Amino acid sequence: MLKRVHFPTSVLPYLLVAPQIIITLIFFIWPASQAVYQSFLIEDAFGLSTEFVWFENFEILFEDSQYLETFWRTIIFSAAVAVLSMGSALILAAFADRVVRGATTYRTLMIWPYAVAPVLAGALWVFMFNPTLGIFPYILEFIGIDWNHYLNGSQAMMLVIFAAAWKQIAYNFLFYLAAMQSIPRSLIEAAAIDGAGPVRRFWDHIFPLISPTTFFLLVINAVYAFFDTFGIIHAVTQGGPANSTTILVYKVFNDGFVGLDLGGSAAQSVILMILVIAMTVVQFRYVERKVEY
Amino acid sequence: MVENRRILGIVSHIVLILGVIMVALPIWITFVASTHDAVRMTQAPIPMLPGTHFFENFKQTLFGAGLSGSEGAPVWRMLLNSLAMALMIAFGKIAISLLSAFAIVYFKFPFRMGFFWMIFITLMLPVEVRILPTFEVVANLGMLNSYWGLSIPLIASATATFMFRQVFLTIPDEMLESARIDGAGPLRFFWDILIPLSRTNIAALFVILFIYGWNQYLWPLLITTDTDMTTIVMSIKQMLEAAEQSPQWNIIMMTALLAMIPPVFVVVGMQRLFVQGLTETDK
Repeated sequence: MLKRVHFPTSVLPYLLVAPQIIITLIFFIWPASQAVYQSFLIEDAFGLSTEFVWFENFEILFEDSQYLETFWRTIIFSAAVAVLSMGSALILAAFADRVVRGATTYRTLMIWPYAVAPVLAGALWVFMFNPTLGIFPYILEFIGIDWNHYLNGSQAMMLVIFAAAWKQIAYNFLFYLAAMQSIPRSLIEAAAIDGAGPVRRFWDHIFPLISPTTFFLLVINAVYAFFDTFGIIHAVTQGGPANSTTILVYKVFNDGFVGLDLGGSAAQSVILMILVIAMTVVQFRYVERKVEY
Repeated sequence: MVENRRILGIVSHIVLILGVIMVALPIWITFVASTHDAVRMTQAPIPMLPGTHFFENFKQTLFGAGLSGSEGAPVWRMLLNSLAMALMIAFGKIAISLLSAFAIVYFKFPFRMGFFWMIFITLMLPVEVRILPTFEVVANLGMLNSYWGLSIPLIASATATFMFRQVFLTIPDEMLESARIDGAGPLRFFWDILIPLSRTNIAALFVILFIYGWNQYLWPLLITTDTDMTTIVMSIKQMLEAAEQSPQWNIIMMTALLAMIPPVFVVVGMQRLFVQGLTETDK
């Protein structure tokens, strides 16, 4: 934590941490405590008076069937994004780990969606699935599927899941490939000598050995799906049709900035904060473990 | 390669090529759409092979009116805004994180751990969970519609501070001892020894933070109302809305292409630094 040899105490270290601490206080800690404070207030319909109500905003939220639906929808959305994107990344990394020539070329070709902003990813997918022009609705029509995500809620959900998973494949692929390449070759060779085929080797040796990476990616993908996908939803569906793609982050934004329900939006913020804290704790506990061995 | 199975090798390449196609298809379609004229882009099925209007669209998008009928800023202006925001965020984060990591590792002072935990907490407060109050703070400070407002609230960084702390901890103590014997003060030591020694880490972090800054969406959406301050990433959403009235997909997709070229170029061009930055910051 601290160097054995260090500089004597003076005013200098305070000056050095000052910029970071001032920004943290003004733009992070103060607004966050404001959000917590506001979540205990209810404003009357005209914005004239506010009343301190303890947990009433939270009670209202948890009795609101729409909020509970949003909660479950977010979990299903995140799970789908994580499974789809980690699954495809795992398969691709397993094959990339096998090829002798060209593994780096494949990596180069695979990683750049990481650099595409979520809202742009949304724009690309919404164009490909545009009901009148898009290439996919055109193909789907031949097998009798009528695609219109502006009207069909589950199709809209599928579209945002595809866009979100597509963008995240790059990241997952990179970490899976690095994990697989760090497995000692001798281990895999020993398994091969014992007669294990490629599939058997993958499931019995490689997959268990990279399970820390899988766990780490699960947390990262959950955080990504919960928070970073705002741009995708905002560009593709705006939470519609009929709220079928409204996830928690989108609802906070919508209730706060469009609906102007301050107390309710603040209460939702606080719930999100608790979720992030939980995910961060899980992530850091895991990292501590990894550092030990 | 453990054993030599020809068929498996071929299958591997086929799967990987399919994977590359899957990953690249949205971008290919974007590129193709940006090379046709507006009329062709209203006829289904849309083309899958590039047309001949690339430079025309490029010129119209970048220097012309862009999307006709829209009152937004010209695209070159939005690219400039994005570049300013991305660079300010990347340099700002690196600068203040280097300084605070230096203080935490090389000085013993009261409240040292308190500051450390305060920085750690920022990790748990992404902008999405404190949208309204942060907006109020920035509005009260009069920072709406300015580069300062776009960048400063985002430059506190726990991950960057932790990374530099990790780097500094690996630097041998003898460095400091000999620097002090030679009469170097703390700032001299920081500037002449620590910074040069963490050069590659700084570069790797810069790659990640540049992409992070360039791709910001929610924050600029909240605090810029002046069209002159819109960033290129934000403009896509407005164009998609406009597309419902007058579909000019060639221009929209050209804008999308321009918006993703800088970060994609950074990732592909500086791949080694990018991979290093990604694995270092997320640990």
